Amino acid sequence: MKLSLKTTLACALAGAYTAPLHAASLAVEVEIPRIQVAEYHRPYVAVWLQSADRKTVRDIAVWYDYKMPQEEGKKWLKDLRQWWRMSGRSQDQLADGVTGATQAAGKHTIQVAATHPALADLPAGDYEVIVEASREKGGREVLRLPLAWPQAATADAQGESELGRVQASVTP
Amino acid sequence: MKRIIPALFAAALLAPATSFAHDRWLEPSSTVLSGDDTYITVSAGAGNDKFYYNHNRLALNNLAITGPTGKSVKAENEFEGKLRSVFDVKLTEDGTYRIALASDGGVFARWKEGDANKRWFGKAEGLEKNVPKNAQDLVVLERVDRIETFATKGNPTELEQVKKGLALSGDTHPNDLYAGETAQFVLTLDGEPAKNLEVEIVRDGSRYRDSVEEITVKTDEQGRFEVKWPQAGLYWLHADLKDSKTSIKAASERAVSYVATLEVLPQ
Repeated sequence: MKLSLKTTLACALAGAYTAPLHAASLAVEVEIPRIQVAEYHRPYVAVWLQSADRKTVRDIAVWYDYKMPQEEGKKWLKDLRQWWRMSGRSQDQLADGVTGATQAAGKHTIQVAATHPALADLPAGDYEVIVEASREKGGREVLRLPLAWPQAATADAQGESELGRVQASVTP
Repeated sequence: MKRIIPALFAAALLAPATSFAHDRWLEPSSTVLSGDDTYITVSAGAGNDKFYYNHNRLALNNLAITGPTGKSVKAENEFEGKLRSVFDVKLTEDGTYRIALASDGGVFARWKEGDANKRWFGKAEGLEKNVPKNAQDLVVLERVDRIETFATKGNPTELEQVKKGLALSGDTHPNDLYAGETAQFVLTLDGEPAKNLEVEIVRDGSRYRDSVEEITVKTDEQGRFEVKWPQAGLYWLHADLKDSKTSIKAASERAVSYVATLEVLPQ
C-alpha cells in the first residue's frame, strides 16, 4: 500500500474511529427528473455538507445560470432558500470553485476527492448532504442524506417533484 | 377597546382623516434577495384585514429607509392611490434595509364645545392655532408611531437600536425567519425593554381561511418574547401601549404603537 499524504490526512482526521481509513472520497448522484411543462427551465441546484449544529457548512456544487450577462443569474440564487441562508449569502466569491452550469434532466454524479477544499479539513463527525433544487416557474425541493464522515456508507432518498433519486456515498 | 384607541389616533394622522381603528402595514414584495442592483416594491395600506387593501392608503411623508451602513436611502416611484401607496426601494449595498413609516411629535386633541365633540390631529406646533385656549374637557395625547419592514440583500446585518417608541430587536434577525423555527425577539420602548406587553401576530391570507389564527404572546421582564412560526408566510406583528412619558408639554399621555411585517420562508 502506498501511503499517500491523502491517506495520512484522512487517518489523522478519522482519529475518532477505530479502524484506520484510506483517503476517502465522496460521490453524490443527483437525478433531475424530466418534467413535461410548456415552459421548462433547468433547475438551480445546490449540494452542500452541513453539520448538525449548522456551524460547518461546505459547498459541493452550485449549478446556476452563472454565464448570464451582468451576472443576472445571481438574482435567483436566493430561491435555493436553505443554501442561500446557510452558505450563499455570506460568501464574497459566490460558490467559488464549485459553480457549474445548470444541468439537463438525467443522472449527474459529482465526485469529490478528499483533497477538495470541501473535504480536506473536514472534522470527522455527523453531517448531512443536502440537495436543494429550485426551478424557474416551477417548484422547489430539498433532500437530506445522513453522512458520518469519513465512514464508508451510502445513503439515498427519493425526490417527489423537482428531484429524482439522490444518493451520497463515501468510499474509503 | 383598549387596543383600538391608539390605533385610531395613529391611523388618523398617517392616512386621510376618514381612517379609524384600521390595521396598518407595509407589504414588501421580497425580503431576502441575491444578486447585484435589486429592487423591491413596497405597498402601504390601512384596512380591516391585514394585507388586504380594503380601506385606505398610508401617507408616505414620514417614510424613512435606512441602508446597511446607516445611510438614508431614497424611495423611488412613490405613488399614492386610493387604497394603497406604493414605492420602490433599490438595494445596492449588501446587508439589511430598514423601511419605516415612523412619526413622532404628533398630537391628538379632543375637547367639547357645548354639546359638540371636537378633535384635532397634527404636529404639536399647531396646537395653539387649532385648539381653543380654554377648551372645555380638553385632552391632548402625544403619539409615537412606527410601521416598518426589513429587506436584506446578501448577508443580514445588525440593525440599529430605535431610540424612540416601540421597536423590535433581539437574537433573531427579522430577515432570517423559517417555518418551524423559534424566533427570539426583544421589544423595546425608547431603547429599553418593553416589559409585560402583549404582542399580536397574524399571518397573511386570512381571506382564504375561516379564522384569523392570531398568535398572542407577552414580553417578559427583559422585553423578550418567542414565536414559533407555524408555517411560511408574511406576518403582521403589532403592539401598543399608553404611558405618561410625554415630551410635549400640553400632552397628558403618550400613545405608542408598533407594526412590523416579517416574512417567514419554508424549510
